[in-house]
Amino acid sequence: MLRLLNIEYHKLRYSKSSKVLITTYFILITFIALIASIEFKFGGINFRVADQGIFNFPYIWHFNSYIAALLKLFLAIVIVSMVSNEYSNRTIKQNLIDGLSKKEFILSKFLTVVSFSFLSTVFLFVVSLILGLIFSDYTEISIIFSDMEYLLAYFIKLTGFFAFCMFLGMLIKRSAFALGFLFVWWILESIARGLMKYQIFRDTDIAENIAQFFPLESMALLVKEPFSRLNVIQSAATQLGSEFTKDYGVHWYQLLVVIIWTAIFVYFSYLLLKKRDL
Amino acid sequence: MSTILRLNNLTKKYGPVTAVKDLSFSIEKGNVYGILGPNGSGKSTTLGIVLNVVNKTSGDFQWFDGTQNTHEALKKVGAIIERPNFYPYMTAAQNLELVCKIKNVPPNKIDEKLELVGLLDRRNSKFRTFSLGMKQRLAIGSALLNDPEILILDEPTNGLDPQGIHQIREIITRIAAGGTTILLASHLLDEVEKVCTHVVIIRKGEKLYSGPVDQMNASFGFFELKAANEEKLLALLNSHPAIGKVSQKGEIYTAFLEEPLEPEALNTYLFENGLILSQLVKRKESLEEQFLLLTNQTTV
Repeated sequence: MLRLLNIEYHKLRYSKSSKVLITTYFILITFIALIASIEFKFGGINFRVADQGIFNFPYIWHFNSYIAALLKLFLAIVIVSMVSNEYSNRTIKQNLIDGLSKKEFILSKFLTVVSFSFLSTVFLFVVSLILGLIFSDYTEISIIFSDMEYLLAYFIKLTGFFAFCMFLGMLIKRSAFALGFLFVWWILESIARGLMKYQIFRDTDIAENIAQFFPLESMALLVKEPFSRLNVIQSAATQLGSEFTKDYGVHWYQLLVVIIWTAIFVYFSYLLLKKRDL
Repeated sequence: MSTILRLNNLTKKYGPVTAVKDLSFSIEKGNVYGILGPNGSGKSTTLGIVLNVVNKTSGDFQWFDGTQNTHEALKKVGAIIERPNFYPYMTAAQNLELVCKIKNVPPNKIDEKLELVGLLDRRNSKFRTFSLGMKQRLAIGSALLNDPEILILDEPTNGLDPQGIHQIREIITRIAAGGTTILLASHLLDEVEKVCTHVVIIRKGEKLYSGPVDQMNASFGFFELKAANEEKLLALLNSHPAIGKVSQKGEIYTAFLEEPLEPEALNTYLFENGLILSQLVKRKESLEEQFLLLTNQTTV
């Protein structure tokens, strides 16, 4: 396993564009801290975002997981190109001839995907912990380490998304088209969901119940938007006479759906490679 | 002598097209093999199958008497097929390091092999800056990193300039002299003639011949003859029992033998019948002529 990771690391470390994208990604995650410095005046009141409790434990785990997940596209580009470039440089052929088995090839890519997700999660943990220790109103150990399931959800979500990217890279063999297809797929999912929700199954939950099994939707559901959970928003809503009753939690069955998708993407990547004549 | 590779009734179909048909042959250690065939005859497909990048339709193949599975066996093989494939953004040395990691061999032979193919001074240049000849030489160097039991080369001189071709041939000859088994696919006959001891000839995916180069054709050679009295020459040749077909090209008559016949015997026969030759040459078909004969594209 280490040999496979080592091979993949060797391929990435000399690629300038991958290095730039990966560095940018991790720097951008640390830039979450900059949100703290956002300040603006609202009707004579000085409004500081950092004071609104976004960096309070344990809410920070949810908030940061959500924001950091928005940046995953940077790594998605790296993953799609590290797979499709093997086709365009025809190095995949040479790798196999040199004695890498097809299984090992897919495994090396998937291990890289998992490593990227794992590194992101660890990095996010450290950044959030530091931010929280600086800004949080509560710093008791039991509070700091509660709601950690958001990090697990973040990890699973990234793994699933990157496995999807890897599969698209294998399927389409060209990075630009694969990324384009990812976007098209997202639109298709939205259209399908919209059609079901507003046309086919109006005024029922059936649309949501089906859509939660779509690959991108299932990943999105893992870490739901955290903004409406903020006290400011909640109290504003109460004053307006409406109340949010939203489920922000991470559920095991949602994790399971994404894990199953991940397995499907990896297996189909392998199947594609096995069936193909290179 | 141990068998390195054995093919049994290997078949590959691309939709309705049969690229390789029922192909069987084996590669013994220590020989230099050539796979000959016109373009599109299934050479690359055959190599692709045994190298695990093309899926066979039926039949099977065994590396090293089937003691290892294919990808393990490939670690003991050095192969390049078609054009050289490396990571353009890595240097020569970095690319070879990667190959070492894949093949699970220590990287200490990189400089030695770069030296062998004459690229040591360019070890730290990026692959994308290389000329085709240099890329091809790097590929050979890479294939040799594990000191392979067999070196497989597919059209190694394709697309190179005469100097590049010469360099590659010199390298191949040097490797062959070192006792490495080589399998060389090519449509260039003189290339095969110069370096190979054994040859497999395929056309449209079917094997036409496999065996030593010098036993390739059962023919007994032919005579090229010239005489002032052409009609008498033709009549005498046609009545000789050892001579089969006679063809004419300008003033030269070519007589193909059906059984062994020495030039002295033929000369004596003609002279005794009152014909004096102005030219008598006995020749064996060159590999090219034999190849063309076998592939039914006779020029004679």
